[in-house]
This record gives sequence, structure tokens and C-alpha cells, in this order.
Amino acid sequence: MSRTWAELLGDAAGVVDDEERTGFFGRLRESLSKSRRALTDQLAAAAFDAADDESWERLEVALLRADVGVPATAELVGRLEARGEIGSLEDALAEEVERLFGEPPTLAVQGATPRVILVVGVNGTGKTTTIGKLANTLREHGRSVLLGAGDTFRAAAEEQLEIWATRSGADLVGASAGGDPAAVAFDAIEAGRARGRDVVIIDTAGRLHTQTNLMAELEKVRRVIAGRIDDAPHETLLVVDATTGQNGLQQARLFAAAAGVTGVVLTKLDGSAKGGVAVAIAHELGLPVKLVGVGEAVGDLRPFDAHDFARALISG
Amino acid sequence: MFDTLSDRLQTALGGLSRKGRLDEETVTKAMREVRLALLEADVDFEVVKEFVAAIKERALGADVLTGLEPGQRVVKIVHEELTQLMGAGDSKLAFGRPPTVILMTGLQGSGKTTSSAKLALLLRREGKQPALVAADLQRPAAIDQLEQLGRQIQVPVYRGDNADPVAVSKAGVEWAKHNGNDVVIVDTAGRLHVDEELMDELARVRDATKPLNVLLVLDAMTGQEAVNVAKAFQERVAFDGLVMTKLDGDARGGAALSVKAVTGCPIKLVSIGEKLDQIEWFHPDRMASRILGMGDVLTLIEKAEAAAEEGEQEEMERRMRAGEFTFDDFLSSYRMIRRMGPLQGVLKMMPGIGKQLDGIDIDEKQMARVEAIVLSMTPHERRVPHAINGPRRRRIADGSGTTIDEVNKLLQARKQMAKMVKQMGKGKLPALPPELTRAPRR
Repeated sequence: MSRTWAELLGDAAGVVDDEERTGFFGRLRESLSKSRRALTDQLAAAAFDAADDESWERLEVALLRADVGVPATAELVGRLEARGEIGSLEDALAEEVERLFGEPPTLAVQGATPRVILVVGVNGTGKTTTIGKLANTLREHGRSVLLGAGDTFRAAAEEQLEIWATRSGADLVGASAGGDPAAVAFDAIEAGRARGRDVVIIDTAGRLHTQTNLMAELEKVRRVIAGRIDDAPHETLLVVDATTGQNGLQQARLFAAAAGVTGVVLTKLDGSAKGGVAVAIAHELGLPVKLVGVGEAVGDLRPFDAHDFARALISG
Repeated sequence: MFDTLSDRLQTALGGLSRKGRLDEETVTKAMREVRLALLEADVDFEVVKEFVAAIKERALGADVLTGLEPGQRVVKIVHEELTQLMGAGDSKLAFGRPPTVILMTGLQGSGKTTSSAKLALLLRREGKQPALVAADLQRPAAIDQLEQLGRQIQVPVYRGDNADPVAVSKAGVEWAKHNGNDVVIVDTAGRLHVDEELMDELARVRDATKPLNVLLVLDAMTGQEAVNVAKAFQERVAFDGLVMTKLDGDARGGAALSVKAVTGCPIKLVSIGEKLDQIEWFHPDRMASRILGMGDVLTLIEKAEAAAEEGEQEEMERRMRAGEFTFDDFLSSYRMIRRMGPLQGVLKMMPGIGKQLDGIDIDEKQMARVEAIVLSMTPHERRVPHAINGPRRRRIADGSGTTIDEVNKLLQARKQMAKMVKQMGKGKLPALPPELTRAPRR
């Protein structure tokens, strides 16, 4: 059963939950079925035989093709080999991936308001879209939301966020183009406090993790937030595109160092990309995936479920 | 950080003899490392397999050249093969009876809108009169984004009042034709290659606009998925070439090799920064170096050439050969480097030095203090550094707002640089002077 929003947010279970549980996996399966997946088909078709070298090789190939990367693939295969008896490969792998990801994470939205969520990532991963969808879902789960348009660099970024704010019924605090993102964060938190909002989500401009000055800017945004509310930001989400290859690991490493990332949002999982780099990130940095984006619709941002993810990784 | 292929090969093949031919055992060991390096660079799994098989054949029995380690020899072969593979095909755009239509396609977030504007600017600077058509009607505010970019680069942007991208694209091309533009760049909405409906729409946009160039915009960070994406776009819109974006990061960009190998379509342009003029025509040898993690000497040389003013270069060269290096040279080379962009980026491109820089920040402020010290010297002192005695040092320190200690350090650094310059004159690569680096902040 998939994780529900209520579980992710730490709320009491709601009525929609049962319907929700089938939702994510069903959607993921559906989208994955559209993709070409010769290798994973092969893997599923041929029964896995732990005594057969070819079976292991097929598994390795499937994981590498899913962008899990060489070290994490070696780790997973090693763990499976250590089990001796495999039984169902799908279940065994799912268990190992689940163990790698650790306890199911929650989103830190409980506690004294406003809760502050900072959203960071490289260019084009879907930060603004993720924020729009998250704002909408939080509203549905009874939270009032305020958005801070901290992407002061990209042309029309604020306009894009404004459209999402209107759609999701959230407030928007903006800035002038080329303005200081730290100042936007400051204003957003002050406004969130004054208006008694539950959650303040702060957008930031996409930046490559190699741009030292822009990463320093991010550190400053973080400092300003922490200066307004002691334990804030309560969440710093790194948005990673599921089509990203091994560079995703480096992204996670450097963003974690500069902005203290607390979780990953894996977007664009509705293509044929499996997002295996999330396994590499969890393996090497211990960062949990908290949310996944599985489509363009508002409702297509879902709580991450390690078991579903693992199965999709190899079963298509 | 990933190790570069040359380092890995050096480790794997370190103990082997420097003479004779590459034997079976050496090559097998080397190929394992090549395979891992390519996989880490996100080259498609199948492409890696085929590529390694081809390389292996060539490497077997190859002579180990004098002066090269066996590992370096393998790197050279891999580099040559990569360059050849990626360089095949025409990297230029096609131009026909105006207006020439260029259709920009790709996944969401690959950088189509920014690349459209960058390409428009590049073509405008090459003497064309481009126009942009905003046919991304999907993403909120995409049209506003293109319009703002168009204003920045002074290229007209067409925005339609229709909700159908096919109609908007067609009208946009007509509009540009009417206005006498000779190139029309059509920016389309990002779409997933598995989305039948949207891929179909893209095919209809292509049919309506009859582009001479259909370009697939691909993020350099793309992983194994690149092949699926490229195949699908090739099937549906038969793109002619690739634009690789976000190459200013540290992604190896193995996807470039995969896509070239699988579709045969050449890479035409690479986007190397956030500024609108940061787009370049594709150089296969540079991409090969990048995939192998070998630095980018050629780009560096080109940047240096662009930064050096007429005459300045020859003068520098003459002095370097003569082994002279005064504070005047110091100042002009310093200013030349500043014109090449942030020092960190410049140094990163130098092979060998890129690795030394891991975790080290170049202190740009320190550089400014250095400049202040030199500017506080008299012309005579700059020309004849050994004339700078104690009282002169005090005066220079006071004049530049620094300390005698700092002035001494700089005098010391100049001596070192003079030595470096002599070495460079003899064709050796210098080591980075320790004065310019400092320990990592964390």
C-alpha cells in the first residue's frame, strides 16, 4: 500500500486515503507501461535464478539502466547475494531498496506556525511547479499557505508562481526582478507571521551546484530564514529531475552542504525515466526522497513510497 | 568527485612496463576502467558496450609511444575514438530561402526557451535578422519569459492569441516573413517523449512550419534516459541536431555520446552558462575531453585569445621566451585573466589543475589586493623589481593599504612566476602558486 499524504504530513488519517493508496503505484505503472523497457521486460520474463550468472548480470544491467549508478548497484547486488535464497526478485529487491531508504519520512509541517519550506535545485527540475502542487495539496489538507517568489533571476518566474498561487488559493509575496532572494525570504516570513499562515514555501532560482557565488547566495537565504525563526527552515527540499544521471549525486552533495537539504523531491517520473539516481543519493548521502512528481496535473505530486519505487525500478 | 579516467587508468596500469605494445591483460584491465568511467559519465549502457568493444580492438597491440605511460596511451586512443564518433556529421545549421525556420523541441526543463533566445542572439551577431515565436502555450508564463528575453537581446517575439500551438507557430512564421526576418526560431512547450498526444501535436507544428532545422534540446545532466528520449523524438519529428544545455555545471555529458551513437544526429550547439551570450558551436574534441574528465585546454586557449588585446599577446610571448617577467607583465597578465571570467572557472579548465582545485576556493579578493600593491609601485619599480628595498616596501604597503608582509609575499610570488614563465616558455605546464589558493572554508 502506498503512503498517503496524511501519513507524510503527520495528520490523522482522512477519508480519501484508501483511494489514494492505489493512486501512486497505479499511476506510475500506467506511465511506465507507456515506455520502452526491453531490458526490464527481459528481467521479468526470465525467472531469476540465484545460481545463474546471467540472471545477476541482467539485474545489474537493469539497475544501471535505471541510473542507479555503479556503486549503489554493486551495493544492492551485494546485499541480494548475501541473502542466499532470493525467492521473488521483485520483493527481495524492493526490501533492500526500502532498507536503503530507511524509515518512511514525514514532511515537517506540524508544530508552531509558520512552518517554512525552502525549495532548491538546479535549473529546470520543476521547483516552481512542485511548489504550486505542494501548496495546493497543503491547502486541501487544511493548511493556509504563503508563497515567496525567491526566483528573482529567471525571466517571468514570479509570473509563473503567481499563476500557481491563484490556482491553489495561496498568498504570494514577490520581489522586483533582479532583487535579493534573501529579502524575499525575509518578507515572506514576516508576511506569513503577520497573516497567521501555517506554511510558508520559498522558491529559489535554479542554480548549478558548481556556481560558488550562487551557492553562497543560497546559504545567505538560509541564514536569513534561520534569523527570523529559530529552527527554520523546517524543510529544505532539493528538487531532482528523474531523468538526471549520475550528476544528481553531485547536486545532492553540494546543495546539502550549502543549504542543509532535508529531503529530495523526484520529479518527472511520468516519463520512462526511473529516477534511480535517488537510490545513489540515499546510498551515499542518506537523504530521503519525500515527494515524487508523476504528471502535469495538480494532483500529480505524491508522497514517496520506497516499496512502489523499488518495484517500478525493475518491473516496469 | 569522480576520478578522471587518466587517473584511474594510471592506478590500474601503474605497474606495467612503459615499453613495447599493449598486451591482452593490460587492455582488458584498461577496458574495465574505461567502461566504468563512461557509465559514470552517463553514457548509455549499450553504447558503452559497443564503444568499449571497438576501442579494445584498436588498443590491442597498439604501440606504446615513447614518453607515454600505457594508461595515457589508452586515454589517447579513447579520446581519439570519442572525438571521431561525436564529430561525424555537420554541426552547422542549414539555411535556405528565407525565412529559415528552426524548431526547438525537448523535454520540460531542458532549456528550450533560454536556448531559443541564446541562439537568436548568436545568429543576430553573425549578421542574421532572427525572430522568435512563443509557441509554448503550456507552461505558465513561458510566453512572458520569451518576451522578456527578446527585449534583452533586441529580437522581435511573436505571441499569438490562439490556444493552438500549431496555429500560433504557423502565424508566427508568416509574421516574421512579413517583417523581413530571415530566421525564425520557434520555441515549443516541453513534452515527455512518451506522451503520444503531445508528440503528435509537435509533429503537426513541424508540418505547419516546415523547419529546415529541428533541434532537440537536451540537458547535459541527462542519464540513461537520453537514448529513449532521442529515439522517440527522432521517430516523431526527425530532429536534425542536438543542443546540449547546462554544460557549465560539472556533468560529464555522456548523453551527448549516447544520442550521437543511437540517432546519428550531430550535436550542433552547446550552452555553457546562464548569460544569454553563453552558447557556442559544438567542438567534438572538447566534448570528448569533458566526458573523460580531462579539462578543456582548447576552450581555455580560445578564451585567452579573445581576452588578450591585439599586440599584447605577441609582446607577452616574446617576454616569456626571454624569461622576463616584470610587474608590468604581472599586471597585464593579471588583467588578461580577469577578462577571461571568474578565476575559478578559468583554472578549472586547465588539465591537472582542475584536480588541485577540488575543495579549494580561489580568493578573488586577494587578487584585488595584489593589484592594489602593484599599482602602488612606481613605473621604475614595476620594471626593475629588485630595486624595491625596505623603505620602498613600506611606502608601497602604505599606498596600497596592505602590510609589508603582503608586499614581501608578492615580491616572492613574482620571482616564482618568473620561473613559471620560463618553464611555460619551454612548453611545460606550471603548478599553481600557493599564494593564490587558500584552505577550504568548511
